[in-house]
Amino acid sequence: MIQTSKLSFCYPASAAIAFPDIDVPQGAVVLLSGPSGCGKSTWLALVAGLVQPASGLLTVAGQPIGGLSKVAADAWRARTIGFLPQKLHLSAALTVSQNLGMAQWASGQQEDHVRIDATLKALGVADLGKRKPSQLSGGQAQRVALARAVLLQPKIILADEPTASLDDEAAADAISLLIETAKKQGATLVIATHDGRVATSMPPTASGEIGYTALKLSRHIAGSAK
Amino acid sequence: MKTIALSWRYLWSRPMGAFLNVLLLSIGLASITFLLLVSSQLDKAFDKDLAGIDVVVGAKGSPMQLILCGVFHIDVPPGNIPLKAVKALQQNPMVASVIPISLGDNFRGFRIVGSNHEYVDHYGGVIAQGKLWDTSMQVVVGSIVARKLGIQVGNVFVGSHGLGAGGHLHGDNPYTVVGILQPTGTVLDRLIVTDTASVWKVHEDYTAVDDEDRKIMEDEREVTMALIKYKTPLAAMSFPRMVNTTTEMQAAAPAVEISRLLNMLGIGTDVLRAFAGVLLLTAGLSVFIALWSAVRERRSDLALLRMLGASPTKIALLLLGEALWLGLLAAFFGVLAGQALTALIGWMLQLDNSLLIGGITWPMELWAIPTLAIGVSLAAAILPAWGAYRVSVLELLQSR
Repeated sequence: MIQTSKLSFCYPASAAIAFPDIDVPQGAVVLLSGPSGCGKSTWLALVAGLVQPASGLLTVAGQPIGGLSKVAADAWRARTIGFLPQKLHLSAALTVSQNLGMAQWASGQQEDHVRIDATLKALGVADLGKRKPSQLSGGQAQRVALARAVLLQPKIILADEPTASLDDEAAADAISLLIETAKKQGATLVIATHDGRVATSMPPTASGEIGYTALKLSRHIAGSAK
Repeated sequence: MKTIALSWRYLWSRPMGAFLNVLLLSIGLASITFLLLVSSQLDKAFDKDLAGIDVVVGAKGSPMQLILCGVFHIDVPPGNIPLKAVKALQQNPMVASVIPISLGDNFRGFRIVGSNHEYVDHYGGVIAQGKLWDTSMQVVVGSIVARKLGIQVGNVFVGSHGLGAGGHLHGDNPYTVVGILQPTGTVLDRLIVTDTASVWKVHEDYTAVDDEDRKIMEDEREVTMALIKYKTPLAAMSFPRMVNTTTEMQAAAPAVEISRLLNMLGIGTDVLRAFAGVLLLTAGLSVFIALWSAVRERRSDLALLRMLGASPTKIALLLLGEALWLGLLAAFFGVLAGQALTALIGWMLQLDNSLLIGGITWPMELWAIPTLAIGVSLAAAILPAWGAYRVSVLELLQSR
């Protein structure tokens, strides 16, 4: 589902960041960890097709990212990637249902209320559709944001620091909800985090299941990756 | 969900700001609507009252006064002219028709105009009740006069001297109302019309000391002015000059005097127009500030939409959509307020028995208002929309 080979990225006027090679099968869970500033965001941006690699190969869901135009990348991302941001960014102006509808709008789809209701129900927040984000608890809001991420049935779910502001118990719940939801959807899950609790709360892998892949980034900076 | 519907929701996510912006834009647009409507209705009222009158001949004095008095009945006459002289004009080969007018009295502020049936015909006056006069001391009243004073056919009233209410009462010579006219939308609606002879009779009875005196008066009968229509447009070149140089009277062309008047008023309307422009510019700035801060506030929301697959163009359109809504709402309320204000002013002027404006009209120029509204709000949205277009998704990932 995600394959990289000698992947690197270069911000304007700074040294290139080189990433370790990885080959993630479909349905796997990737734990992307490392200290702040090690390039986790950049790696997510690369996988989401938001930025182009400086060198190396990156293939996501069968699509080589290097060759996509910006317009094609937007459309491809809408079909392929579900995103759970660290700050949830639920629009305060809209209700929960409308926030999900907005995701359909952004991807160019028709607003589909049956789908929205079903997705909210699957995440156990079916009765919150008419509420405004300001009326939700932290846990409810995260479930709604996750519903938004999986609404379009993406092949890959990118979760950015999903446990950052949660206590131990809630963090463990959040991780298991994420894994469970991704599994139900058959989606590959990437959890980017510098939170040590995430690794310890990963559920044990049953035999025959695809386990989780740990991708540890360090502050290692490649001299010149070009 | 359609982009435009989403724009609407975003717009009202800040209800106070949206309301104030609509209000500001509306005020600017309402002022412009008002100016447009008043000038178009004034033009129309002038045109209607002027139609078919090529020149007005009256006593020497200010030509504009002559026109304002004789055509629009909003000024006093400069003086009288001899009936003989008017009759002489009738013989002139350049003249098609002459309608004499005698002024002098009023009834509760409405002018009593002495003339002939042609005067009523000239303004397209049609009898609604009763009939036209057939002898002196009978009058027909215009529709506004009838409505305001509650006059019925068969009423008898006494005119008072002068052109404003409160003069000496001509108690010996009461007028009888024999007809009421249908509304014409011209000056005729606010006049009381009678035979020229009535005016003479009232004043001769009033001033004459004895029969001999009366005889002399009859010989020297006067009218206030004459409305003249030419046989040929070429007469405009020579007729007024002929009158002004060879007689004791003056000739004034209404078209010339009115364009002079409108030029003088023009400075006033230009100032008002500039003022309305400043208002609109301020409103545009306010829309700009509102959208600009909206983009800043929602930067990460917009970035998230990009992450969800929306193209930059779609994000920019979302912003433009908000501006479009502001423009449409403001155009609606602006035109509504402008029309209401015009109707109000028209109503107040009508109470004043002055010019006829008012009523809901939609002259072609008024399409400028929605165009202007949408233009201003979209122009104000260009920079914010560009900002939204350029929102970087990377910021979303890095906003820690």
